[in-house]
Amino acid sequence: MNWIDIGHISDIPLHGARVVKTPVGCVALFRTGEDEVFAADDRCPHKGGPLSEGIVHGQSVTCPLHNWVFDLSTGQAHGADEGRIGTYPVRVEGGRLLIDGGAIGKRSAA
Amino acid sequence: MTQKLVIIGAGMASGRVIEHLLDADPGAYDITLFNAEPRGNYNRIMLSPVLSGEKTYEEIVTHGDDWYAERGITCRFGEHVVKIDPEMKVVEGENGHVPYDKLVIATGSAPFIIPVPGHDLPGVISYRDLDDTNAMIEAAAKGGKAVVIGGGLLGLEAAAGLKERGMDVTVLHLTGHLMERQLDEAAGYLLRKDLEARGITVKTRASTKAILGEDRAQAVLLENGETLGADLVVMAVGIRPETRLATDAHLDVARGIEVSAQMQTSDPDVFAVGECVEFNGHLFGLVAPLYDQAKVLADSLLGKSNAFAVKELATKLKVTGCDLFSAGDFAEGETREDIVFRDPARSIYKRLVIEDDRLIGAVMYGDTADGSWFFGLIKDGTDIEEMRETLIFGPAFQGGASADPLSAVAALPPEAEICGCNGVCKGQITSAIEGGATDLGAIRATTKASASCGTCAGLVEQLLSVTLGEDYAAPQAQPVCGCTSHTHEDVRRLIKSRELKSLAAVWQELGWTTANGCHICRPAVNYYLLADWPLEYRDDPQSRFVNERKHANIQKDGTFSVVPRMWGGITTPDELRAIADAADKYAVPTVKVTGGQRIDLLGVRGEDLPAIWSDLNRAGLVSGHAYSKGLRTVKTCVGTDHCRFGTQDSTGLGIKLEKHLWGSWTPHKLKLAVSGCPRNCAEATCKDIGVVCVDSGYEIHVGGAAGMEIKGTEVLCKVATEEEAVEVISAMTQIYRENARYLDRIYKWLARVGLDWVKAQIVDDLENRRLLAERFALSQSIYRKDPWAEHAQNSATRAQYAPLANLTLEAAE
Repeated sequence: MNWIDIGHISDIPLHGARVVKTPVGCVALFRTGEDEVFAADDRCPHKGGPLSEGIVHGQSVTCPLHNWVFDLSTGQAHGADEGRIGTYPVRVEGGRLLIDGGAIGKRSAA
Repeated sequence: MTQKLVIIGAGMASGRVIEHLLDADPGAYDITLFNAEPRGNYNRIMLSPVLSGEKTYEEIVTHGDDWYAERGITCRFGEHVVKIDPEMKVVEGENGHVPYDKLVIATGSAPFIIPVPGHDLPGVISYRDLDDTNAMIEAAAKGGKAVVIGGGLLGLEAAAGLKERGMDVTVLHLTGHLMERQLDEAAGYLLRKDLEARGITVKTRASTKAILGEDRAQAVLLENGETLGADLVVMAVGIRPETRLATDAHLDVARGIEVSAQMQTSDPDVFAVGECVEFNGHLFGLVAPLYDQAKVLADSLLGKSNAFAVKELATKLKVTGCDLFSAGDFAEGETREDIVFRDPARSIYKRLVIEDDRLIGAVMYGDTADGSWFFGLIKDGTDIEEMRETLIFGPAFQGGASADPLSAVAALPPEAEICGCNGVCKGQITSAIEGGATDLGAIRATTKASASCGTCAGLVEQLLSVTLGEDYAAPQAQPVCGCTSHTHEDVRRLIKSRELKSLAAVWQELGWTTANGCHICRPAVNYYLLADWPLEYRDDPQSRFVNERKHANIQKDGTFSVVPRMWGGITTPDELRAIADAADKYAVPTVKVTGGQRIDLLGVRGEDLPAIWSDLNRAGLVSGHAYSKGLRTVKTCVGTDHCRFGTQDSTGLGIKLEKHLWGSWTPHKLKLAVSGCPRNCAEATCKDIGVVCVDSGYEIHVGGAAGMEIKGTEVLCKVATEEEAVEVISAMTQIYRENARYLDRIYKWLARVGLDWVKAQIVDDLENRRLLAERFALSQSIYRKDPWAEHAQNSATRAQYAPLANLTLEAAE
């Protein structure tokens, strides 16, 4: 894996998200109430809604356009809706956010 | 031949190593022990009781000078090690060299100091060793104020100890709840409540900017500008492995000194143990794994095979009266299930996390008696499928009682207490039912059961169901959402009656079944809290729909529309120029006049929002709240100024109302209009609140709508002066704010409570009208402000609008 440091966990609001621009499109980094961080596509498969603008609850996010709910750990849509969003390996080390460059189409910057 | 063993650091880990070595083979090594502290090993985890005065230093010493002397160990206490030379196999102390055959590094960890200005002033101390503890005891003897930075285990133990010694203590914590690594939000909330009950002030989301003072610390300055006076500042924000000696000796060091499962470093004759090591990416701060490591290391030194493995850990807080327990992994996950038990009346919270019929995590607060039993299940990976239904009740309940709640209620004896608040037992309720009560309301009226906190309402209903059988019709009230069984009305009532002032308080005290709600209940509860406690509650942006969080309307392509306020529909050439310039500068694709007499700039990129707001602010324009569940516009006609039919200054009253009401949050959007005569050019009779000016004064209308449903207004009252009109409308807005369900427009709410009730409250009862208007004004003293300016000017908030990082560009190399 090719871990890239993209910021500090406190850069993302608790129960919120921030976006990272990558060669595969915008990836949203979500921070849950338990300080877990997940990375997933910032695009709802339904009508393209920006998931980073949604409400984060538990380990899920609700799309702001039409309230589709996605599980952030699997990318799977909840309930009756069918669809999934891509998820990406991310980890937090000493408060720093590290995302896998390989998975988001980025070669090592070093 | 006896080999030479040098150990650097006389802490709890190395103490254990020495014990194991001597037990197994007293003659194997000739031991030299360095320690920077001028004393031997003591039980560091008992420093908290020393600080609080429950124990003395002598009681926590584990290895005194005599102990070492009897065992022939050479002690070099109070002497720092300068350097390790692995080539020559020599340790260089301040007072000379010692050669070794085997070396053990047990340097532990150092407290992490936030490098804010003033961190090195006298009066700022960390909390790590006996010297720190003594410094705190000495400082506390003078009384005064202490600020503890860090709401983790150590920080809270320091805070409790200092409070116990008579100081006025404030704890600052960076994240939203205390001990966030060990506890979830609900347990963190209970802990906070306990600490506050003992007089400790807790401030979460508090980031320290600087420590102020001339010759010594006098105050702590927070990022939000708040200053807290402090005679003593304790920094307890974390620890990091002490690795300097190992790094200088060119051993492999990541965050800690890297060791194998045999506790061997990258040099085969050098070992490391305790908080200074890193194993498989793990660091260690609790004592249990250190003891495991010590056993492995002793075996390694004696040539026996053994291997260290990372195990599950449990945490307890050593603050008398704060009963908490946390073990394993309590994060949520797709394949994981939660069992949550809350007993608000006794402040008990338990949460078990289960995956594949195994218990993998537990958080408990208030009643931790079963903690070690749960911890055992976690460690052993016990299959819990059989006892799943009663698992949360602990070991005493295992053995197969039926989990049907109705039969459990039926089996309760008549003297069993149902309503703790009012002391009502089962017998009183069943006799009330026999006396003719057939629903919850009647039980409340006759026995007071469930009339206070309401959390026993479910039990009462079960009793009704058991007693009445088929005659009982369960109430049809809809809960707020799947996270709770309470209705909107219940939640509103309980927030007020129980003075719940935070989201976490609502989750806990009202028994929410999810960890932090969902997209349906969070915005509703956030609104209820800010409407009821305008001064105390701090709005949570993350519990708001994106439009309100970003103060712009999200469009279908993810861009936003920006609508500046145009008071009463009046604008000026300068404002129009500023709007036109902004439209040019930010390449706004569509500029539209709205139905509410404003100009809408559609298609602004999210990243540009703070910049365009800043430009519009400069021209004197503020947010039009075109996105809010709050006051939108006050539409007007031209009134007496220009119109030949106009009876009053409708534009002037519209502007007056808009300036009075703007910024207020309401259960749903709130639209007003003022028409200058009954011709109604401003369409006041299909607004939430409308004013129709007539010759003799002002007719105030309510309950219109022109949205999903089209409804004409009904007349609330007629008043003679503008001042009365403003007061009635303030009171009307406030009574709606205080009573309606979230997402109910006025007309929907009126259909439930009736116009007559509202009239009785604000037309007939002048005192009540005045009080409502006053409460509205109080809330407006907080909320009547331009959110655009706040977001555009605050650099931290502003940063949230930009991407966290841009990885589309390759490094220029």
